[in-house]
Amino acid sequence: MSELNVNNLQAPVNSGVDLPGGPNPKNTLASAPGQPGNRPHRASSIFDPVLIRQAIGPSLAKLDPRVQLKNPVMFVVEVGSIITTISFVAGFFDGASQKDQFFVGFTSLWLWFTVVFANFAEALAEGRGKAQADTLRRTRTETLAKVITRNQAGTPEVETRELPASQLKKGDVVLVVAGQVIPGDGEIVEGIASVDESAITGESAPVIRESGGDRSAVTGGTRVLSDWIKVQVTSNPGESFLDRMIALVEGANRQKTPNEIALNILIAGLTIVFMLVIISLQPYAIYSGAPQSTTILVALLVCLIPTTIGGLLSAIGIAGMDRLVQRNVLAMSGRAVEAAGDVDVLLLDKTGTITLGNRQAAEFVPLPGINVRDLADAAQLSSLADETPEGRSIVVLAKEKYGLRGREVADPSVEFIPFTAQTRMSGINFDGTEIRKGAADAIVKYVRSRGGAIPPQLEEVVSGIAKNGGTPLVVARNDRALGVIYLKDIVKGGIRERFDELRRMGIRTVMITGDNPLTAAAIAEEAGVDDFLAEATPETKMKLIKQQQAGGKLVAMTGDGTNDAPALAQSDVGVAMNSGTTAAKEAGNMVDLDSNPTKLIEIVEVGKQLLMTRGALTTFSISNDVAKYFAIIPAMFAVGAVVANPSTSQDYLNYLGPLNIMGLTSPYTAILSAVIFNALIIIMLVPLALRGIKYRALGAASILRRNLLIYGLGGVVAPFIGIKIIDVILTVLGIR
Amino acid sequence: MTLNGILQLVVYFIILLLITRPMGIYIYQVFAGKKTFLHPVLRPVERGIYKVLRLDETKEMNWKVYAVAMLLFSLLTMLLTYLVLRLQDILPLNQAIDGSGTHIGKMPEALAFNTAASFTTNTNWQNYVPEAGSYAASGAASAGSGVTYFTQMTQLAFHNFVSAAVGISLAIAFIRALARRSAREIGNFWVDLVRCCLYILLPVCLIFAVVLVWQGVPQNFNDYTVATTLEGNTQVIAQGPVASQEAIKMFGTNGGGFFNANSSHPFENPTPFSNFLQMLSILAIGAGLTYAFGRWVGNQRQGWVIFGAMAVLLIAGAFVIYGFEAAGNPLVTAQGVNVATTDTNPGGNMEGKEVRFGMAASSLFGEVTTAASCGAVNSFFDSYTPIAGMVPLLNIALGEIVVGGVGAGFYGILVFVILSVFIAGLMVGRTPEYLGKKIEARDMKMVMLVVLILPLSILGFSALASINDIAQHSIANPGPHGLTEMLYLFTSSTGNNGSAFAGITGNTDFYNTLGGFAMLIGRFLMIIPILALAGSLVKKKTVPASVGTFPTTGLLFSGLLVGVILIVGALTYFPAYSLGPIVEQFIMNAGKLFQVG
Repeated sequence: MSELNVNNLQAPVNSGVDLPGGPNPKNTLASAPGQPGNRPHRASSIFDPVLIRQAIGPSLAKLDPRVQLKNPVMFVVEVGSIITTISFVAGFFDGASQKDQFFVGFTSLWLWFTVVFANFAEALAEGRGKAQADTLRRTRTETLAKVITRNQAGTPEVETRELPASQLKKGDVVLVVAGQVIPGDGEIVEGIASVDESAITGESAPVIRESGGDRSAVTGGTRVLSDWIKVQVTSNPGESFLDRMIALVEGANRQKTPNEIALNILIAGLTIVFMLVIISLQPYAIYSGAPQSTTILVALLVCLIPTTIGGLLSAIGIAGMDRLVQRNVLAMSGRAVEAAGDVDVLLLDKTGTITLGNRQAAEFVPLPGINVRDLADAAQLSSLADETPEGRSIVVLAKEKYGLRGREVADPSVEFIPFTAQTRMSGINFDGTEIRKGAADAIVKYVRSRGGAIPPQLEEVVSGIAKNGGTPLVVARNDRALGVIYLKDIVKGGIRERFDELRRMGIRTVMITGDNPLTAAAIAEEAGVDDFLAEATPETKMKLIKQQQAGGKLVAMTGDGTNDAPALAQSDVGVAMNSGTTAAKEAGNMVDLDSNPTKLIEIVEVGKQLLMTRGALTTFSISNDVAKYFAIIPAMFAVGAVVANPSTSQDYLNYLGPLNIMGLTSPYTAILSAVIFNALIIIMLVPLALRGIKYRALGAASILRRNLLIYGLGGVVAPFIGIKIIDVILTVLGIR
Repeated sequence: MTLNGILQLVVYFIILLLITRPMGIYIYQVFAGKKTFLHPVLRPVERGIYKVLRLDETKEMNWKVYAVAMLLFSLLTMLLTYLVLRLQDILPLNQAIDGSGTHIGKMPEALAFNTAASFTTNTNWQNYVPEAGSYAASGAASAGSGVTYFTQMTQLAFHNFVSAAVGISLAIAFIRALARRSAREIGNFWVDLVRCCLYILLPVCLIFAVVLVWQGVPQNFNDYTVATTLEGNTQVIAQGPVASQEAIKMFGTNGGGFFNANSSHPFENPTPFSNFLQMLSILAIGAGLTYAFGRWVGNQRQGWVIFGAMAVLLIAGAFVIYGFEAAGNPLVTAQGVNVATTDTNPGGNMEGKEVRFGMAASSLFGEVTTAASCGAVNSFFDSYTPIAGMVPLLNIALGEIVVGGVGAGFYGILVFVILSVFIAGLMVGRTPEYLGKKIEARDMKMVMLVVLILPLSILGFSALASINDIAQHSIANPGPHGLTEMLYLFTSSTGNNGSAFAGITGNTDFYNTLGGFAMLIGRFLMIIPILALAGSLVKKKTVPASVGTFPTTGLLFSGLLVGVILIVGALTYFPAYSLGPIVEQFIMNAGKLFQVG
C-alpha cells in the first residue's frame, strides 16, 4: 500500500456527501489541481530579449495617427512631435542658430521617443500575449475529425467521414477514440473516456469525461487517453474556447473596460485643461514681452499632460488580462475582471474549495470494554481493499496512531466484501472472522441479525459525531460492535489564512454546502468563513445572491453544474469550471480551465491589482507635474541674468530666476531634462505596468496610505531628482 | 504679525467652528422637511405661498426638470432686472443725488447687461457706481451708472436673496442625490427656493440688519445729503436703505456693496464688531452646509472631513495674506517709512486698508470674502503685496470651494471630492466609490466638464484681454500688475465672486460684455453638468461600506482632498501667475519698480 499524498486527495467539487465506502468513479481519476500558486504559470520574463525585439517594429508602426487617435493623450504628443519637427526643418530655411536648431531637433526627437515608448509599452504587452497565443495555437494542430454519418448507439463502430477540424460546425457529432485529439469544443453525447487536458490547463493528470451529468463538456485540443466518446460540437469554426482565448491574450479587438473608459475621460479632460493653459500662456507671454517659441510651448504641454498614465493605460489593461490567462482563467470580458476587483461577497462551495474532496478518518472511538488498538486493527483490516480516499485514510490513521502497518493480504482464503448501495457496508472475511464497517443502522442490523447485542453507548457516540459535523462509521467484528470511526471533513491547509486576508480586504466569504446546519456550522467555524448557507439548493443559492445584490453588494461564485447556471448568470462574477457543463460555462463570465474553485480568490486579487496599478500610475503621473513647472517656467521666462538697472520687460522677467530651485544649468537643458524625464519615466514604469503594483491583502485605509506615500508623494519628489540628474548629464555632455 | 492679530484670526476660526453645527442642524431640518422652531410662524406662510403658486410641495423633480426650472427662473429674473435698470429713471424711488435735484438716469445697455448678469449669478460684480453722482459735481452722463433705491430694493436685494437661495437649493439637491439610492428625484426646486428664503435667509437677515443699524448702518429713503465741509467744499453724502441690503449681501455671499467702497465704507461696515459679524456671516451658511451634509448622509464624519479640508485651505490662505501684508513692502521701507509694528503703528503694508479694521481683520476679510464667493471687500487687493494679492485670486480660481459661496461652494467641493476619490480611489483596488456610489464614466464626464469650465473662461477671456488694445486701455498699471488686474477681473466674474482687484476700469463695453458672459458661463455652465452628475448619482445603488472601501473620512482623505485641489488648481494657474503676482513679488523683493523704457 502506497503512502498517501494529501494533495492527491483533492478532487474537484461535487464529490458531495457520498456514502462511505462508495467508490466514486468521477473522482478516482479526476485532475488534482494543486494549491493555488503551486503550478508554475506560463509566464515569460518581462524583459525577454526576444519579446523586446519583437515589440520594436509595432512601436513604430503604431505611430500611424489613426492608431494614436484612440489615445487622446498620446495623440497630442504626436501632434506636438510633428509640429516641433516642422519647426526644426523650417529652422534650416530661416537661418536659425546652430544652438537653437540643436535644441529644437533634440526636443523633437525626445517627443517622438515619448510616443514610441508608449507604443512600446503597449506592443510589449501585446507581444507577451501573442507569445502565449502562439503556445496555445501550437496545441491546435490540424486534426481530422471523424464526423458520424450514421450513428449506432452503444458502440464506436459507426459510419464516419473525415473532415478537417477547422470545418466542423455546431451540431456535428464526432467520434473520438483513444489516442485522438478532440477536434472541437463539445458535449459528450455518448461514452466515457479519460482525457488529457494538459494542453489547455497545463495539468498533467487526466480527467474523466462522460455523457450526461455535469462532466460532459470537452474542450478542443485535448486528447482522449482511453475508451471512446461521441461528441456533439458546440461551437462554430473560430469560436471555440481556444480561439477565444487566443483572441483574448493577443489583445485583438480589446474592448475598453468601464473603469478604463472613466480614467480615459479624466486624463483626456486634464489634457484639455493643460492645452488651455498653454494656449492662453502665449498671449500672457506676449503681453509680458516674452513670446515663446512653439517648441518650448509644445515641450511644456507634453510635460504637463498625463503622458505617463496615458502611455501605459492600455498596456496595464492587456497585462491584467494576461495575468488572468496565466492563471488559466478565461474571462469573457474585461468588465468581468474589473468586477472581480469590486467583489464584496464570495460564495464558495464547501467541497473542493474549503474542504478536501473527501472525508477522512480522524479518530477511533471504541465502545466500552473494547481496546482502541483492537478497534483500529479491525477498522484497518476492513479497509484494506477499500480504494476510496475515505478507506485509505482509515488505513493511514491506524498506522499513524497505533503503528499498525498496512498488510498485504494475498491469502486466497481472504474475502473482501465490497460496498453496495443495498448493504451499505463493506468489509473482510478471513479465518471465520467477519469484519464489517458501514453506516450505523446497517451495522446495527448486521450485528443483531447475527444475534449480537448493541451496547446503549453506541447511539450516543454516533449522534455525538454527527452533531460535530462528522460522519460516523460503525465497525463490527462478527456479532460484536467494536466502536466508531470518526470521519470528518478536512479543511484545506492555509484556507483559513486566505479567508483572513479576504476579510482584511473587506470581502466576506460565504460557504455553500448541502450539509445540515449543525455540520455546516462546525466546518464554517473551523475554516473561518464569515457565513454559511446550509442545505443549499440552487434556489436558496439564487436567493442569497439576489439578497446580497439588493444590498448593493457584488457577488462572485463558482459553479459547474447545469443547475448552477442561473446563479452563475445572476452573480456579478460567475466562474464556471471548465469541467462543468456547457450551460454553466455560458452562464458565467469566466471559465477556470483548471476547474479549481479556490481560483476565485486569485481572480479577485488579479482584478484588484489591475485597478490598483491604474490608480497608482495616474496619481504618479499627475504628481509629477509639480517638478516640471519648476523646471520649465523659469526656463521660459528667466532666460538671462538679473541686471542692476532693469529696463526691458525681459529684464524684469529674469527676476523669476529663483523659481529654478533645481539649479538647472540653462533654459535649454532645463526644458530638455524635463522632456527627457517625461519620456524615460514611461519606459521605466513599463515593468510596473506589466507586472502590476505589489499587491497586499490589507484594508483600504492602509493600502491607500501606503500607495499615496509611494505614488503620490513619490510622484512629487521623483521628478525633481530625475530632472536634476538628467540636467547634470546633459551639462557634462556639453549640451547647454 | 502680532499676537493680537493672530488671536483675531484664531478667535474667528473658533467661532466659525462653533456655529457650524447649529447652522447645519437648522439647514438640515429646513430642507429635510423637519419641524423647526420657526414652523409655528412660518409654516402657514409657506403653505400660503404654495397655494398661490398652485404648487404641490410633495411632488419632486428629476434633475432635468430641476435644471429647467432653475434656468427659467434665473433667465426671467435676469430679464426683469435688465428692464428695470433700463427704465429706472422713470420708475419710483429715484433719489436725488445732488443738491440741484439730479436723479439717477437710465443705465446704458452693456452696463445693464453686466449688472443684471452679475446679480442673477450671485456675482455682484459692480461696474456701475451705486451712488453715482455723489462724488463729482454730477451730471446726467455719470448718473446713468448709478442705481435708484427702487432698483436696489426690488432687483438687487431680490437677487441677493434668490441667487443665494438657488445656490443653496442646488447644493441640497446634490446632497439628496448622494444620500438617496436607486431614485430619480432630487427635490422640488420651487419648494427648496421658498424654504431657503423663508426659513433661512429672511429671518437671519432681519436680525442681522437690526444689529447693523445698532452699529450705525443707515436705513432710510433720504435723498443724498449735501454738506459743506470744514474747508468749505461741498460734499454729497450718499445713504439709503443700507442695513437691509448689507445683511443679505454677507449672508448670501453676494458682496455687492450699497456703496462703491463696499465694506470699507463706514455706512456699510462702521465698527470692528460689525466687521467681525460680516466676516462670520459670509461663511456661516457654507460651513453649516458641511454639517447638514454629514447629517443627511447619516455620517457626520463625512461632513467634518470636508470642513477639515476647507479649514486647512482657509487658515493657510488667511495666514499667507496676513504674513505677507505684515511683512510690508521693502520699497516703502526704502523711502524711510517706519513699517515696524508698535502699539500706535499698525506696521506692514497699510496701503488700501482701513485703520479701524487694521492689518489682521483686513487680511482675514480678504481671505474670507474670496474663499466664499462673496466679494465684499473692506480693503483693496490692488494695494496688497503681490503674493498676498494672489491668494484671493487663487481662492476664486480654485472654484471658491473653501467653504465657498452659499451652496455653490459646497457642490463645487463635492466635485473635487469625487475627483479625488476617482484619482486615488482606484489605488485601493476597487471601482472608486463615494458614499457607496460607484463613480463611473458618465460621472467623470460631468466632473471634467465642471473642472474645464473655470479655466476655459478665466484663462480664455483674460488671454483675449491681454493681447487686446482696447482692453489694455483700462489697465491702470502696466507690467505684471496689469496682468493680475485682468486675470482678477475674469477670475472674479467667472467665479461669481464679484470682488474687484481694482486698478482696472471695468465699465467699458469690452469688459461689460465679456465679463457678463464670464459670469453667466461660470454660473450656469457649471450648474448644468453638476445637476446632470446629481441625476446620475441619485440613480445608483449604494454599496455598503466595508474595510475594503476607499475611506472618505479621516485626516488622510482631508489631506488628499487638499492635495488634489491644490495640484489641479495650482497647476492650471501657475504659468499665468508666474507672469503676474509671482514675478511682481520677486521684483518688489529686489527693491525695484516695474518701469519699461
